[in-house]
Amino acid sequence: MSRLEVEGLVKRFGPFAAIDQLSFVVEPGTIQSIIGPNGAGKTTLFNLVSGLLHPDAGRVCFDGGEITGRPAHRVVRSGIARTFQNVQVFFNMTVLENVMVGGHLACDRRLLPILLRLPGHFASERRCRDRALALLDQVGLAGLGDRPADALPYGALKRLEIARALAAEPKLLMLDEPAAGLNPAETDAIDTLIQEIAARGITVLLVEHDMRLVRGVSDRILVLNRGRRLAAGRWDEIRHNPEVVAAYLGAEGRNR
Amino acid sequence: MSAGQSAGLGLLAVILAALPFVLDNPYHFEIAILVCLNATVCVGLNLLIGYAGQISLGHAGFFALGGYASAILTLSYDWPPLGALAAGALGVAVLAHVVARPILQLKGHYLAMGTLGLGVIISIALNREVELTGGPDGTIVPPFSVLGWMPFESLEWYAITAGLMFVTVWLSLNLIGSPIGRALRALHGSEVAAETLGVNTASHKNLLFVASAVLAAVCGSLYAHFSGFITPTEGAFHHSIELVTMVVLGGMASVFGAVVGAALLTIAPQVLTVFHDYESIVFGAVLMGMMIVLPRGLVPGLVRLVQSVGFGR
Amino acid sequence: MTAALLQYLISGVTIGAIYALVGLGFSIIYNASKVINFAQGEFVMIGGMAAVFLVADGLPMVAALPLAVLLAVLVGIGLERVAIAPARGASVVTLIIITIGASILLRGTAQLVWDRNFHTLPGIGGGMPIEVLGATILPQAVLVICATMAIVAALFWFFKATRTGQAMLATSYDPTAALLVGIDTRRVLTLAFALAGGLGAIAGILITPIGMTYAGVGVMLGLKGFSAAMVGGLGSPMGAIAGGLVVGIAEALTAGYLSSAYKDAVAFVIILLVLVTRPSGLFGRRDGISL
Repeated sequence: MSRLEVEGLVKRFGPFAAIDQLSFVVEPGTIQSIIGPNGAGKTTLFNLVSGLLHPDAGRVCFDGGEITGRPAHRVVRSGIARTFQNVQVFFNMTVLENVMVGGHLACDRRLLPILLRLPGHFASERRCRDRALALLDQVGLAGLGDRPADALPYGALKRLEIARALAAEPKLLMLDEPAAGLNPAETDAIDTLIQEIAARGITVLLVEHDMRLVRGVSDRILVLNRGRRLAAGRWDEIRHNPEVVAAYLGAEGRNR
Repeated sequence: MSAGQSAGLGLLAVILAALPFVLDNPYHFEIAILVCLNATVCVGLNLLIGYAGQISLGHAGFFALGGYASAILTLSYDWPPLGALAAGALGVAVLAHVVARPILQLKGHYLAMGTLGLGVIISIALNREVELTGGPDGTIVPPFSVLGWMPFESLEWYAITAGLMFVTVWLSLNLIGSPIGRALRALHGSEVAAETLGVNTASHKNLLFVASAVLAAVCGSLYAHFSGFITPTEGAFHHSIELVTMVVLGGMASVFGAVVGAALLTIAPQVLTVFHDYESIVFGAVLMGMMIVLPRGLVPGLVRLVQSVGFGR
Repeated sequence: MTAALLQYLISGVTIGAIYALVGLGFSIIYNASKVINFAQGEFVMIGGMAAVFLVADGLPMVAALPLAVLLAVLVGIGLERVAIAPARGASVVTLIIITIGASILLRGTAQLVWDRNFHTLPGIGGGMPIEVLGATILPQAVLVICATMAIVAALFWFFKATRTGQAMLATSYDPTAALLVGIDTRRVLTLAFALAGGLGAIAGILITPIGMTYAGVGVMLGLKGFSAAMVGGLGSPMGAIAGGLVVGIAEALTAGYLSSAYKDAVAFVIILLVLVTRPSGLFGRRDGISL
């Protein structure tokens, strides 16, 4: 059974099809990258899978169950978490609180114990907090938990989003351009982090423009162009595909 | 609850307990009671505006509906005041719940306009339904009573309203530090991100909108009984603005800010009467000046000031 | 039957033109600064009251009216300089409170400098109604409609054909880019408040012979102008005009056919319906999800 199965997915914005009859699968425990020129539909695809947008046609299945058209807050329950291309950090909260929101579903959210400060509630809060601290440690933000999120530099915000998504305990983690705007050293650290995440059995779906990162971490690569699947396979399988070269990789692809 | 918040709660308890010994005439008590009622409304409103980032320019409408429900049900239908209060709160809860979903999908200025429109419509209805409400002249409201006990003395009213305010502050602080409170602040920060982390943003916003509206309605009922009179001005746009101003002046996303803002803006007009004709000029100028100098509001602004002085040493 | 309808339409278009002018002021300021100016209605009040008192002081109309407009323009500039510019970067709600503070201050000042009474100005043509197809129209109403059309035409020419107008448009689309190509966005902001002040004052002068004026006249007119701007789509000048007319006509028809008691509620019922069905207004840009 595939972890994620997308079948005949269509999303139109007016007359323009951002995603056009797209099908692909993601196997459990793998790192799969999605590449393609700007406007290929990568972020739209993420929004469709995570439930922020609803498709006009097609199916999205996760671990064999259909999740098509489910609202985003229910999609995450089945085990899908994501980050955003332009960071969507909660800037009005501390770093630690950001990650704790990631653990929202795991927390005790019964209104009465919360309002009346019943003791059972505190155990759940402590667990939530400890997990968030551990995750901050893991992404390299240890000790920054009490800072306001808006005091972090850009690179740290990208890591914070990853920690927050991990707090939702996903089986599939979708990363939308985690290395965008980062310097080479920071990108290498993200590379390592992604491999660590995958090593813990979390399936990773990655949208990224940094080809060095994509080549380094991906088990499989899906190439999108104008909302359609152009090619799919391992790096060495797609890099010589003439259509891919023409559409996207260009001179850059041939040189590598 | 953080150490600062616990200290604030303790300080508030001390002040509320000490006030009756300081206040020496019914007029002072009356102002203290009004402060408590306004503060209660504002703590609820600040959860909505300051924490969850959903502005409402129509909450006076809910306040007035609560007051009129109490007035009409006790006066014309002989309901017990507590029953009328509960019915008013329930009615407002239903109304708020019905309008919440379409209105709260709006953002920023559009949400401001939507809630403003709702408030103005309520206020116009209160003015025009003369047979029911008494029209622009308002209506008298029978005294309050709970199971035969009738608060008559200022001190009794003070105990009721101060108690209500304290409980509201305590519950709000508990809520803010909880997963639900974090979810509310998160949807303020980024609605899409909150949604993808499992927060049902629509239902969280709705719940808070209904809760703050009910709080306003309850305070409206108590206000009507306490003053023995209610007019449509309690539901007018101007009163909604007053409430929001209390929240913003005291400090957005600060429970104690809402209390301080309510206290200041309730007391200010009493003090400003010494300026006679210049009253509203002074009020407007002070309001503008405060917001320009301390755009985050008094309490967060002062906390920040104290912290920066502390770190500076 | 048709005569009555025509009558309602005439009064609807007349008051709608006033809402449109107020709504235009909201739109211009919003475009330049993303600020909703809750003191917009007070510009209307200043225009009407200043004109009334200048005329009462013995000034001829030709001098009094431009002076009244000038006063509102100066108040607009002052508001921007004193209150809006120092608060750049504050939250939407904070800015709303600042402009509300300004409106309270201006109302209080008007009550002090002038008075708390109702006033009117003589309309043109001596207030004798003209008969049109069984309906009547006041010469002043004709003036309101014609003046509004002229102002709208002049505004569109200003935005299309002058460098300053183009600079204002550019700033509304992208303030940073406008700054980069050398537009003085600070001046654009001041100019927006000046324009909005002038538009409001003209609306106030035009409506006074028909609807009277007093220190508090700006509250309702401001709120209705706000809903007009928003019905059409915030920041769209064309939308503000259309929104003003929609609100004005709906109000007149409601007063005529349904209930004059709920006339004032019409603008807000419309805005709620529009917001719920088309959250960015009739002419506003319709965005998908914003990430």
